[in-house]
Amino acid sequence: MTAFALPMASNDGGFVPPTISDTHLPDIFPWMAEYGTGFGKQMVMIILSVILIVWFFKAAIRHPKLVPGRVQFFAEGFYSFARNTVGRDIMGEKNFRPWVPLLFSVFLFVLLNNIFGAIPFLQLPSFSHAGSAYAIALIIYFTWIGVGVQKHGIRYFKLAVVPTGVPGWILPLLIPLEIISNFIVRPLTHSLRLMATMLAGHMIVVLAGSGAQYLIMEQDNILLNATGVAVIAGSVAMYALELLIMVLQAFVFTLLTAIYIQGSLEADAH
Amino acid sequence: MITAEVILAAGEGANPLIPNWWEILVTAVSFAVLLIVVKKFIAPAFEKSYTDRVEAIEGGIEKAEEAQAEANALLEQYKAQLMDARTEANGIREAARSEGANILADLKAKAAEESARITAQAQVQIEAERVAAVNSLRNEVGTLATSLAGKIVGEALDDDARSNRVVERFLTDLENQANAGATK
Repeated sequence: MTAFALPMASNDGGFVPPTISDTHLPDIFPWMAEYGTGFGKQMVMIILSVILIVWFFKAAIRHPKLVPGRVQFFAEGFYSFARNTVGRDIMGEKNFRPWVPLLFSVFLFVLLNNIFGAIPFLQLPSFSHAGSAYAIALIIYFTWIGVGVQKHGIRYFKLAVVPTGVPGWILPLLIPLEIISNFIVRPLTHSLRLMATMLAGHMIVVLAGSGAQYLIMEQDNILLNATGVAVIAGSVAMYALELLIMVLQAFVFTLLTAIYIQGSLEADAH
Repeated sequence: MITAEVILAAGEGANPLIPNWWEILVTAVSFAVLLIVVKKFIAPAFEKSYTDRVEAIEGGIEKAEEAQAEANALLEQYKAQLMDARTEANGIREAARSEGANILADLKAKAAEESARITAQAQVQIEAERVAAVNSLRNEVGTLATSLAGKIVGEALDDDARSNRVVERFLTDLENQANAGATK
């Protein structure tokens, strides 16, 4: 789509492609302050997501029925997905129970904030802003390290970085690699995977919007106007793809959370 | 065809990797709140609904199994009772049949005895009557014949010895005839 919309525009010289800064709207409090200095739209949406999740799930389970109604069935679908598909299948029957609330919260929190990017007017996946992705990934990072230390004591760090069953002479090479991969790269990939996919999706929406607007509103050539309509049509397909990625990334993020915690619980098993 | 200019333009502005600290704070606090609420209220409610359902289903199955077992026990009981009743009925029927046979045999024996008794009695009576008849006949016939013969031959028969001989011969003949008739 970019190859479709941009060349003519940039040849024309009038089109200014959107940048990351364009996705940073002015803050709400203080009103219209520069982005990053106050309370902004993204933070409103984060708080809104918590309110929506709590409201919906409390309402859905307020009067639980043995044979669930439509709303309860829908809510239980999310819960049993976090509980059984992610929790029990990854962490095992023995360990998963105490972690169900965390997995459920992570899944719903990420999912709803991603979906915000597909809702008109909200139209901003909260995790396309690196700060939120860092925050939640850090919480999980400290969680699984804490679990490991609580379960295995200080020996956990040895278990986590010294692989068993390898010849001794290769350890000087493996131990730094394990430290880097487990304790440095892991939280970075965990957060950036989410942030990058959401940001890319968001940028495509912004780009399609501004490109179509430029082609239709600011060009006199009827053919160029027509390509603007084509850009909008193409963006519908991108929208569907984005929706898929939003759900998928929420699932991947939760799955990795479960895998990391499971790895700490069973650090002595492998 | 995306020119360097466009890419550079996209690269300008904010670095997407540098976080807004306020967003980190808001996200962390919001998530903590969400986690606490889920842990305190939402997850237990869902777990309770889940276990309730499991219990209801398993309880239902258990109840059904109990009812099934009960029904089976009752069926066995009824079958046993039916068998008992059948055996008893057979016994009663057998007893009735043998009793009937006994009664029949008794009656037959009694009837035979009775008939034999009646026959014997009749024969005795007949014999007695016959003897009486013979005796009376003997007297009457002798007198009648004597008087008849006296009327026919007059005084010729006054000689007792001769007349007695004649009567005796006559009676012997008569007896022989009667005996021949009885044996016939």
